[in-house]
Amino acid sequence: MFAMHRNRLKKNGRIRSLIQLGFAAFLNGYARGFWKGQIFTGQTKGVCVPVLNCYSCPGALGACPVGAMQAALGDKKKPFPFYVLGTLMLFGVLFGRLLCGFVCPFGFLQDILHKIPVPKIRLPQRVDRILRGMKYVLLLLFVVLLPLMAVDRYGISTPWFCKYICPAGTLEGGVFLAIPDSRLRGLLGALFTWKFGVLLFVIVGAMTIPRFFCRYFCPLGAFYALFNRFSFYQMTYNHEKCVDCGKCESVCPMEVNPIKELDGFECIRCGKCKDICPSGAIENGIMFTKEGKDKIFDK
Amino acid sequence: MIGKLKYIVLLLGVSFIVIGITIGQYHTVMQKAVRICLQCIGIG
Repeated sequence: MFAMHRNRLKKNGRIRSLIQLGFAAFLNGYARGFWKGQIFTGQTKGVCVPVLNCYSCPGALGACPVGAMQAALGDKKKPFPFYVLGTLMLFGVLFGRLLCGFVCPFGFLQDILHKIPVPKIRLPQRVDRILRGMKYVLLLLFVVLLPLMAVDRYGISTPWFCKYICPAGTLEGGVFLAIPDSRLRGLLGALFTWKFGVLLFVIVGAMTIPRFFCRYFCPLGAFYALFNRFSFYQMTYNHEKCVDCGKCESVCPMEVNPIKELDGFECIRCGKCKDICPSGAIENGIMFTKEGKDKIFDK
Repeated sequence: MIGKLKYIVLLLGVSFIVIGITIGQYHTVMQKAVRICLQCIGIG
């Protein structure tokens, strides 16, 4: 019986990897950009994609919402970012962090990195909880407040998160675009060294702790987390069917206890808990009413 | 409340997108995204 659920976990894990690969290829579908060393400049570049995918990646067909948000807030006219915020709210309320689990290319990269056979780390619960709060600090400080308030004499600000932290930008833009280009390569200096260090830190982190960046540092994950509780896509838990085996918690990459916090901020809706559950106590799907939530709250 | 909230946020999100496109923010994003962001790749 247990082997059957293990097989389902493996099979659905492979399907999820294929979906993630498909989205990574789709969002970075301008293959010519990689060998020509140039970025895509077509009409779709104005479309905000719902995940962390640098628009300086040679293959990127759309705009990164985190970069676009900072650019809007850092503009000297300080316009309210209707378009970017609306896009994030729409995707957030429809899917919540399902986007982290199935769509984000940087999340996919971390899933791959974690498969590398190196010793895995489990941080003490208190440290883990404190670090999880970091992503909200980064969202508020580096994506909103600093671009909004730290302006130069012309009233223009810097995209603080992109400039100093974003490892996706370093990888997709720096490694795939700047290093192969001799002109851009000549301009790489201290900032790139810092950002490359951050990228290496995240890579090593992701090899040892599952979804290291998503868990502790991703401002987009922090934003979508706010929608997890009431998004249309939901994971639900039926306590009447639960046999308290604890297998759901043991397979969760975000180390969430599905019995206690299935609709909490941290669940990326990867569905591993549902796949391993021997009693079918966990379900998922689009919910138009609050019926699904009642299953959780009635327990 | 949760049942209503998601519809309110959905409506708000769609409205924001429509307003944003109407006032030209789609083009603002595109103008930014079609240029290489030097700071994003670590130059600056």
